Amino acid sequence: MPSTSGDRAGDRTADVIETSGLTKRYGKHLAVDHLDLTVPRGSVFGFLGPNGSGKTTTIRMLMGLIEPTSGRARVLGRPMPRDGRRVLPRVGALIEGPALYGFLSGRDNLLRYDSADPTADPRTRRTRAEAALDRVGLTAAAGKKAKAYSLGMKQRLGLAAALLQPRELLVLDEPTNGLDPQGMREIRSLVRELASDGTTVFLSSHLLDEIEQVCSHAAVMTRGRLITQGPVAELAAGARGRLVVTTPDTGDAARVLKELGVADLVIADDRVTGEPPGTELADVNAALVEAGVRVRGFGVERASLEDAFVALTGEGFDVAG
Amino acid sequence: MSRAEAAGSDGRAAAEAAGSDGRAAAEAAGSDGRAGAETVGSDGRAASGVALGTGSGGRAVSLAWTLGLFRSELSLTFRRWRTLALLAVLAAVPVLVGVAVRIETSDGGSIGGGGPDGGGGPAFIAQVTNNGLFLVFTALAATLPFFLPMAIGVVAGDAIAGEASAGTLRYLLVAPAGRTRLLLAKYASTLAFCLVATLVVAASALAVGALLFPLGEVTTISGTRISFTDGLLRALLIALVVAASLIGVAALGLFVSTLTNSGIAAMATTVGLLITVQIVDQIPQLHAVHPYLFSHYWLSFADLMREPVYWDDLVKNLGLQGLYAGVFGSAAWARFGAKDIAT
Repeated sequence: MPSTSGDRAGDRTADVIETSGLTKRYGKHLAVDHLDLTVPRGSVFGFLGPNGSGKTTTIRMLMGLIEPTSGRARVLGRPMPRDGRRVLPRVGALIEGPALYGFLSGRDNLLRYDSADPTADPRTRRTRAEAALDRVGLTAAAGKKAKAYSLGMKQRLGLAAALLQPRELLVLDEPTNGLDPQGMREIRSLVRELASDGTTVFLSSHLLDEIEQVCSHAAVMTRGRLITQGPVAELAAGARGRLVVTTPDTGDAARVLKELGVADLVIADDRVTGEPPGTELADVNAALVEAGVRVRGFGVERASLEDAFVALTGEGFDVAG
Repeated sequence: MSRAEAAGSDGRAAAEAAGSDGRAAAEAAGSDGRAGAETVGSDGRAASGVALGTGSGGRAVSLAWTLGLFRSELSLTFRRWRTLALLAVLAAVPVLVGVAVRIETSDGGSIGGGGPDGGGGPAFIAQVTNNGLFLVFTALAATLPFFLPMAIGVVAGDAIAGEASAGTLRYLLVAPAGRTRLLLAKYASTLAFCLVATLVVAASALAVGALLFPLGEVTTISGTRISFTDGLLRALLIALVVAASLIGVAALGLFVSTLTNSGIAAMATTVGLLITVQIVDQIPQLHAVHPYLFSHYWLSFADLMREPVYWDDLVKNLGLQGLYAGVFGSAAWARFGAKDIAT
């Protein structure tokens, strides 16, 4: 039976996704290792990690497509995969890219997916499909066969399928994968728009700047393990900023800074960066000038999520995938 | 999730689905395959009535949805280019047989030297020149051993595996279609295809027969004569029995389809199994297993042309098809319900 409004009120928990000890093992390989994830309602939650770190496996478990080896997962306050019939109609999902029936038109693809939803009213099916097409800007191409769509159009049609009904949670797995910068911008602005309507968005990505631009919260995974999670601002604040000196005399600057106890010095072009010392920064600048270093710029740069990631894992982030 | 809601055998699962979401669905796709193939058409029509809101409240919407998924499956099946190609091939068989018989007998001679059984070729072929209606029986006898089940094997084998390899399966399941319901809808639409495929052969044969040969009173195998109208009814009945004979292959194909993520592999395996079974059925030393092969009683449909009708083998055939539907339907359900969808 479709969930009634009574059910819905009871499910209004603070966290839309909660997992505890969620584990998926393939033979000896642990794809997901004791994951404890908490996604607060109303957040735009970035799920970050290099390709192959277990993000998609986690999402498949959350959506009831694969059975966890152990551990529990709750989505919208109900256990998954057991309560999938109640949970999934309230969730829109884009998992590992769009999958379409190439011989059907874009519109017919949406009608097909909508007919699989137990709570979707067949009487409003066409209207809702048109509205979803309009929302992702595909109205003009709605009659074209899906196999003639570009990757960006397919991605947008996949998003339209996730938007056929009003959703409480959108799970978007790498929604900008394979898109050109223009397409990426469009998707991101759509995500922001949806989030401002109150939909919780769970967005997986291997692109740090994407998470930083769009998300309010983030979790970081590598090799099946969750390294950290929390509000993006806090994660970035967790890493200290870097002292940056811009100067043509990089060699002298580095020497002076080292004498002043600045650690982890890196020279790149006309920039010398390092960990800020505990002393007054103005004194550091004065010392540089005194030593005859011509300073063009001096300051502390705010830490980015990437710095936070490097600080957490002790390794670079595989941005290119 | 379907795993929780569906308990017991396939048949029981079907009944449960029917209880909550519409009796008609179980009729179309239930464990009793015999009824299945015959009621599919009328259920499809009933669905539109429900969708217009003739039922009451949420139950009507739910019923409309269950039939809506089935209708969606049905239209998907018949919009595939491959399905249409299969039907075209099936429609061409009676044309070939009819033209061949016409050319062979244009000098006034009879088929195969005029022996009582025609000496070879499909059943009833010797009578075609006297009565075009017999082309229906001949064409069904010619296509039932291979062409028809091959077409069913392709459609059934692709049902789950094809969606898995295209990735569309994951979106259907998160919609959420429900694994049991999706499987039932797939099986029901495969059975509908069995019926349509058989009727295409029969209709094509009737048209070609009427065009190339005289029509008239029909002589049964027992030697009695029945009117042309009665003959037509018998032909329709035979077509329905032939369609029902394919229930076992459909269930087998669907089960194979849940085993792999490659549509091509599932189709090839199903057709391979079909050929193997046909070969085993021809080896006398293996007669002990013959009664359990889904194809063993297929040609019993000819008994409908006796007067009175000889029912024994017909009933055995339908029972065997029901058994296959039950066994492989349950196996498909068990496998699909617990499967990790990783594509």
